[in-house]
Amino acid sequence: MNKIIAVAGVVIKELYRRKDFYVLFVLTALLTVAAGAVNFFHDEKIVRYVKDICLLLIWVSALVIAIVTTARQIPAEREARTIFPLLAKPVSRAQVIAGKFLGCWLATGVALVVFYFFFAIITGSREQIWPVGMYLQAMWLQWAMLAIVIAMVLLGSIYFAAPSSTSTISFIVVVGILGIGSHLKTIALQQAEPMQFILTVIYFVMPHLEWFDLRDFVVYDQTLVSWMALALATGYAVVWTGFFLFLAWLGFSRKNLTT
Amino acid sequence: MSVILKTDKLRVEFTSREFRQATKTALVSLDLEVNAGEVFGFLGPNGAGKTTTMNVLLGFLPPTSGAAYLFGIDVRQPIARQRIGYLPEMTYYYKFLTADELLRFYAKIFGLSRADTDKRIPELLKLVELEHAARRPIKSYSKGMQQRVGLAQALINNPDLLVLDEPTSGLDPLGRMKVREIIERLKNEGKTVFFSSHELGEVETVCDRVAIIHQGELKAVGSVEDISAGHANLEQAFLKIVGVQSQPLP
Ligand SMILES: Nc1ncnc2c1ncn2[C@@H]1O[C@H](COP(=O)(O)OP(=O)(O)OP(=O)(O)O)[C@@H](O)[C@H]1O
Ligand SMILES: [Mg+2]
Repeated sequence: MNKIIAVAGVVIKELYRRKDFYVLFVLTALLTVAAGAVNFFHDEKIVRYVKDICLLLIWVSALVIAIVTTARQIPAEREARTIFPLLAKPVSRAQVIAGKFLGCWLATGVALVVFYFFFAIITGSREQIWPVGMYLQAMWLQWAMLAIVIAMVLLGSIYFAAPSSTSTISFIVVVGILGIGSHLKTIALQQAEPMQFILTVIYFVMPHLEWFDLRDFVVYDQTLVSWMALALATGYAVVWTGFFLFLAWLGFSRKNLTT
Repeated sequence: MSVILKTDKLRVEFTSREFRQATKTALVSLDLEVNAGEVFGFLGPNGAGKTTTMNVLLGFLPPTSGAAYLFGIDVRQPIARQRIGYLPEMTYYYKFLTADELLRFYAKIFGLSRADTDKRIPELLKLVELEHAARRPIKSYSKGMQQRVGLAQALINNPDLLVLDEPTSGLDPLGRMKVREIIERLKNEGKTVFFSSHELGEVETVCDRVAIIHQGELKAVGSVEDISAGHANLEQAFLKIVGVQSQPLP
């Protein structure tokens, strides 16, 4: 476990020493603040609309940070050849994968905390409401979803040499799932036969990232999700994350690193 | 005498995807044995298969057939690497870390205690003369300094076996001398050193035994005296063995 934490530590150190990370970070924070400032109409609809946009921004930024950071981990180690002195030490490839995952996930978690903190401050100062429990639930589920995404991207990064292709493909897949995931079953029913079957199968085997999206709860309902549902969703995330990490390890352990 | 490093009929083929599955045999059937306490020079012309052999020894590359062992443990097991130090041929370390942070990271990978780490790192930085730069990011280092960081990280766990791929390449004469001194010191401490080099003069002075490979085949193995017997020096013997006659200049 200490070895995994050591690998994760390097991931985090690199991230906070890189400038591009701060750019996105500061940009999101600024936009959130700006969106809050614009909202001087005391119109319920507009307030909600602005909150919606802020949350969307947080989702997109967190996704970008998670995907871009993860996609470059293994390729960068190979390109800079730092993977050789590392693997020459008594560390298994499984531990390297686990460490990379942990580092990326923790870094994304830090970003999420900051984003939600800004969001809470701004909406709180405008509306004098502090639904902290709601925010924590939304943040936790988003973080759990990002665990699945990070594990998936790590898997992709073992097969696609260029981090940019891994990032692009991952982004399309994740946004696709988030966008149409919940409607896929309905869409399937409207299709002709081979397509209907295929889409139904896809619906049942894909990771349902959209289940982790509590944005509407935060903006409209403001009721807490049941702890049972939260626990189930967390379990679901653990299973998918474990599955992707296992595949990533399989691929990585068979990889000839010298070519 | 115990055998610390051993390869058994090691064969490595590279299959290129591009040229109709053409295979290139980098190692034919390599049998090597390095004994405890030896300084062993691994020689051969460019492309002979030295780095490939080391890649197998460190588990980066699965052999096509045959096997390799460190301390009697198959190299496919990570634990075989607990007591070794490795300096790659060409490496860049995490550029955003400082030498101190890099060494701390590797110390954790070896599972060294905090107290050992705090004691070991200043010693190593002193040994490779990087104390003054230890808190600067590695990206600001010169090539020779990076090579010295490499040497320090290879020694972090106080290894019993060192595998060094061209440890003196890129170093100035002073740096080379320093590396020779370090190798001699390790030898006096009873450590085993297995290294590749093109600097035959240097090999002559520090090695107990050498092996010469050419096109993936072992051509000669023995003490420096045995191999250079009948030749002016090791270099002449090397050229003869790899099939080049030195010709007088016109
Ligand atoms: N990944 C690879 N794919 C294909 N061929 C390779 C690969 N790695 C090495 N080779 C080939 O294997 C042979 C041995 O290479 P190797 O790097 O082991 O040589 P070397 O003895 O270390 O040479 P040098 O002194 O130049 O470092 C060379 O012919 C090289 O072209
Ligand atoms: Mg080489």
